[in-house]
Amino acid sequence: MGRYLLQRLGQCLLLLALVSMIGFAILHLAPGGPLSQFALSSQMSQEDLDRITRQLGLDRPLPAQYLDWLWRMLRGDWGLSFRDGAPVSAVIGSHLRATFELMAVSTVIAIGLGCWIGILGATRRYSLFDTLATIGAMVALSIPTFWFGLIAIYLFSVQLGWLPAGNRQTIGDGSPLDLLHHLIAPALVLALVETAIWARFMRSAMLEVIGQDYIRTARAKGLPERQVLRGHATRNALLPMITLAGLQFPTLLGGALVTETVFTWPGMGRLFLDSIEYRDYPVVMGILMFSAVMVLLGSLLADMLYAVADPRIRMG
Amino acid sequence: MATMQTLLDDTALAPPPAENAAWRRFRRHKLAMAGAVTIILLFLGSFFGPYLLPFDDTRIDVMHRFAWPLSGAHWLGTDELGRDILARLMMGGRISLSIGFMAMVIAVVAGTTIGTVAGYYGGIIGSLLMRFVDAVLCFPTIFLLLALAALVEPSLVSMTLLVAATAWMNVARIVEGQIRSLREQDYAVAAKAMGASDWRVMLRSLLPNAMAAIVVAATLNVAKAILLESYVSFLGYGIQPPVASWGNMLNNAQIYLTSAPWLAILPGLAITLAVTSFNFVGDGLRDALDPRMDIR
Repeated sequence: MGRYLLQRLGQCLLLLALVSMIGFAILHLAPGGPLSQFALSSQMSQEDLDRITRQLGLDRPLPAQYLDWLWRMLRGDWGLSFRDGAPVSAVIGSHLRATFELMAVSTVIAIGLGCWIGILGATRRYSLFDTLATIGAMVALSIPTFWFGLIAIYLFSVQLGWLPAGNRQTIGDGSPLDLLHHLIAPALVLALVETAIWARFMRSAMLEVIGQDYIRTARAKGLPERQVLRGHATRNALLPMITLAGLQFPTLLGGALVTETVFTWPGMGRLFLDSIEYRDYPVVMGILMFSAVMVLLGSLLADMLYAVADPRIRMG
Repeated sequence: MATMQTLLDDTALAPPPAENAAWRRFRRHKLAMAGAVTIILLFLGSFFGPYLLPFDDTRIDVMHRFAWPLSGAHWLGTDELGRDILARLMMGGRISLSIGFMAMVIAVVAGTTIGTVAGYYGGIIGSLLMRFVDAVLCFPTIFLLLALAALVEPSLVSMTLLVAATAWMNVARIVEGQIRSLREQDYAVAAKAMGASDWRVMLRSLLPNAMAAIVVAATLNVAKAILLESYVSFLGYGIQPPVASWGNMLNNAQIYLTSAPWLAILPGLAITLAVTSFNFVGDGLRDALDPRMDIR
């Protein structure tokens, strides 16, 4: 177990280094590079720019600059937002809650619904339900999330008037019920693609387990089919789903960005787009790096949980 | 007697040509066939349709703004500037399908090259290349794509390159896995032993055998590329109006959702139709080209 964890941790650190290099490269691709904040301002003369370049150490060799930048990122000093001069980490922090709220509720819906569809499809393979679910999952994966959001708004807000068309709460209100009312539509929209992915993985994991010898043994010793499926098959098929939770994280974050745009949800995705609009590169870079690190940690956590849950992994 | 005859017939003794078997399996996959037909129709409609229409996709007609579909001369209605929706869908299809297709070609070439080199040489080069792939995959695709798109002048070429730049990684992963296992096969070892150069082994012995997986990944990649383009164009950083793409047609649709819902519904349907079709064809190809995967 310890050996496996150490190996996985080392891999994670190497990836973190590579991720940071990619981030640093993108930062230097921006027009004006790290100086864009000053270069875009008309009051700056070339001498001023040269002076700032020297002061910030931008005339030094790139590797030295990279290490410097990395050190600052690690200490939590992610620079200041161009828009209001607030520290980038604080700006991101203030938008995290809304995003996590949305992602958490969607994930719960997706896992519950997706696993249920997957298990039912696998146990009744090639039935009408299974066929429809398989086709439905493929279509769900092909629908652009933002379009599905627009259609949901049109149906449930414009036509039926059941749900609000956007925002996290009614201004002046903010009761749990009001928050929930606003959360339903974006959470369901974000959950669509996720549900499809969970259902597909669950189905194939379940089919694989059902083909195993111990399931035949359980049936042979006369256990009721219900107990075989619930006690033996489902429990084992659910194990690899832990890794899927980690693998799914980048898709979930990307989906959240699009969903937040359509529903004017005040989360990290919305912030990211606004920052791009304002050419607020420190915030853009901050979110980019933050999300990549989150993805990395998410997959590490999922692998560790999997190793804890399934002894075959840490032994083999 | 009949079996005797078949046995004597030497064409029956020869193994059936692989392509035919694959084609037969593909044809059995009804959804994949429907997808293939839909894709052909979408291509024909987008590339030849505009010549048959009396309306230009960018012609503004303020007298006929917001015409409902099926309500007059404009079959699918008009948008906020009185432009014909059908004409815009067709021209948008040209852009979206071209970007999807070209981005796939670039992503597949790049992914295959990196995957082949990493899988063949293995060791430090291989693991460094694959860790680089993993590192790029850590960035949520849409975040990376938008951050890059905001840095460049949006155009057909830049969009294609950007979409390709965020879509080659899964091809590299698939190819690397294939090549790594194929490398140990007898015929590859034999080719190497006979003094074939590394390039020759890769190109002549390994890649042709990884082709099935590459074709499937390529098809699914078109679907992904069309989706990605639509996301970026919808958010305003892709193809810029008045040039139409399926994504940017949805750009203003949200504002007019109450009064002109077809502005939102139609382009989204086109995207969903195209992406679903490519996904089904990819699925069908997987079943057809790799019978071992039939177990799933």
